[in-house]
Amino acid sequence: MDARTITAKERMAIPRQEMPAQDPQVRIGNFNEVNLGLTPEQARQEALRCIQCKDPVCIAGCPVNIKIDQFIKLIAEGDFMGAVRKIKEDNVLPSICGRVCPQEDQCEKVCVIGKKHEPVAIGNLERFVGDYERMSGQKIDPKIAPPTGRTVAVVGSGPASLSCANDLAQFGHKVVVFEALHELGGVLMYGIPEFRLPKEIVREELDGLRRMGIEFRTDVVVGRTITVDELMEEEGFDAVFIGVGAGLPWFMGIPGENLVGVLAANEFLTRVNLMKAYDFPNSSDTPVFDCKGKSVAVFGGGNTAMDAVRTAKRLGAEHAYIVYRRSEKEMPARQEEIHNALQEGVEFLLLTIPLEFIGNEQAWLTGVKCQKMELGEPDDSGRRRPVAVPGSEYVLPIDMAIISIGNGSNPLIRQTTPDIEVSKKETIVVDINTMQTSKENVYAGGDIVTGGATVILAMGAGRTAAAAINEKLAGKAKSFEEW
Amino acid sequence: MYRIVSAIFLAENIKKFEIEAPRIAKKRKAGQFVIVRINPNGERIPLTIADSNPETGTITIIAQGAGKSTRELNRKEAGDSIADVVGPLGTPSHIENFGTAVSIGGGVGTAIAYPTAAALKEAGNYVITINGARSKDLVILEDEMKAVSDEAYITTDDGSYGFHGFVTQKLQELIDSGKKIDFVLAIGPIPMMRAVAEVTRPYGIKTVVSLNPIMIDGTGMCGGCRVTVGGEVKFGCIDGPEFDAHQVDFKNLADRNRIYQHEEHEADQAAGHQCNLTGQA
Repeated sequence: MDARTITAKERMAIPRQEMPAQDPQVRIGNFNEVNLGLTPEQARQEALRCIQCKDPVCIAGCPVNIKIDQFIKLIAEGDFMGAVRKIKEDNVLPSICGRVCPQEDQCEKVCVIGKKHEPVAIGNLERFVGDYERMSGQKIDPKIAPPTGRTVAVVGSGPASLSCANDLAQFGHKVVVFEALHELGGVLMYGIPEFRLPKEIVREELDGLRRMGIEFRTDVVVGRTITVDELMEEEGFDAVFIGVGAGLPWFMGIPGENLVGVLAANEFLTRVNLMKAYDFPNSSDTPVFDCKGKSVAVFGGGNTAMDAVRTAKRLGAEHAYIVYRRSEKEMPARQEEIHNALQEGVEFLLLTIPLEFIGNEQAWLTGVKCQKMELGEPDDSGRRRPVAVPGSEYVLPIDMAIISIGNGSNPLIRQTTPDIEVSKKETIVVDINTMQTSKENVYAGGDIVTGGATVILAMGAGRTAAAAINEKLAGKAKSFEEW
Repeated sequence: MYRIVSAIFLAENIKKFEIEAPRIAKKRKAGQFVIVRINPNGERIPLTIADSNPETGTITIIAQGAGKSTRELNRKEAGDSIADVVGPLGTPSHIENFGTAVSIGGGVGTAIAYPTAAALKEAGNYVITINGARSKDLVILEDEMKAVSDEAYITTDDGSYGFHGFVTQKLQELIDSGKKIDFVLAIGPIPMMRAVAEVTRPYGIKTVVSLNPIMIDGTGMCGGCRVTVGGEVKFGCIDGPEFDAHQVDFKNLADRNRIYQHEEHEADQAAGHQCNLTGQA
């Protein structure tokens, strides 16, 4: 079918194209990516399903306002490189966002086609475009404005920082990114597993940013190695963007939580993803708890919990449980991840709350005492509050417990830069229109501002901050009197 | 890459390195540590900074070859490089003029006790140092410790040098002699630190220990280094590494540090190390 001659009826007859994926039984034996990507023909078919609304509501549903209708039109016409160029005007990391964005809650949620049929698979198309560029070997680098002579320090190298750095570089500013770990990418590298986001993709996207002239410095902990004030006063940066993520894992505060074998999802995932502990002792010197034939329980219901439990399964766990205090409907994880986990044999213990971890004489974890819950009245979050069922306690035998109930905000920057205002939850307070903090020329965005959220929201915040920093540095920002 | 400027053995299996790391050298305070990664496949190993020189931009670390990674580090020579050095991490030692301060170092812990002893001296304390080792040839930093001490003692388990016995026995002797001790810092193996805490507890002497929990990032992100102090969960990397010895749950620390015992042995075997205890590969 031709994009120019297709009739409305023909469009609606095309089914949503299903993304080929590794078979669940095969994929639990490897760390390779689960989803395999649309074929060019599938992508074109999927793109033809888009009716090219006059007022595309999907764009408003995207935190970085990708011109969704336009890039999809180019795919439908078979101009894949044109689609790459179009998407890159708004998002430098399409291969990443196409994989990890919760499209079902954003662009695809508001897709007009979705009212009567399945929404257009915008996320899968974005991924196709990003991958097409990488496979083609042709790199579409964005246009860079002439150098402004201004310099900006970007702290952290996760999604918020990378999108901020990208926009700032395009405006012509000199950007230096400081990363605490030895590897760039933040949560994209240490948090999200290889089977959901291959690390090679992140590295290639970083190469693109390097080609734009962005400098990266690893092994620098801002708040320890250097402070925000020193970056501006001693190193001469005109502005600083803080995108350090949440990164201070919460624990549940129940007895036995410090037994051997109880760890935070951050530690488990960092060992496996960043330190490649799945290949210990061969190509990695970092060990991880040996899950083979063991029972592993992950506490929590978010995307990180799904990442952790599916990782445990791949490391050979015989039983990999999700223990969650509400029902599946209330889980914050993406539907797709819940579905994938179930397909891979993860066992869901819903409406269940841990009361106490139990250990042996050597202080190794042997089990967890749980209690069943039932759903009561809605709470502040609008979700029905779980209420304990008396007398329903039981012990679940487990060898490892992974706590995945969220993160607080890392204290290093607020401790060393007291004039940056923080909220009661210790997240950095910003003006949401500019992402400016209470400190002059210091901006912040991503999880350090919102608490644990998504990659794309962080990227949106990074872009907002970059625009505001650019205005400020260009001296274009209107003073109060001018308004 | 971070260049090693000098590398010398202080005792069998204990090596001192000066490494180029200008930002860290400028910033570092007593009690802080770095995380070192020897090569691109390497573990992230926390090591306390023994000394630093902001002028030359170097830091000093002292490592004991205990597992695959530390042994690999100890094979490095001057002119070699290591992949990553990040820091300074951790909260610096709390230094003030307590009056009389005793700094106790056990084994390679002496390397960690040294900078804090020096800072205590600088702050005007009457500094007594007790360095313990298994035997004479394992005594390190004797001259350096003497230079910052008003009284310096060496103890050896086998009596081959200095006081014959444990650091705790020497400490008890000092207390029994009627000397008023206001502050004790103890750094060494967990059993030693626990024993020192028990010696000072009845006298109510403020006692601080530096803990060595397992950690990855060293910035609060992984939660692996959590320790129980006064019944509360603390993160060794950001709340510590120094804590009130009378509040620390040493058993919990010792238990948690054993989590990868089996894997460490496996890595050692894979690296072809011959075990000194069993004589087996």
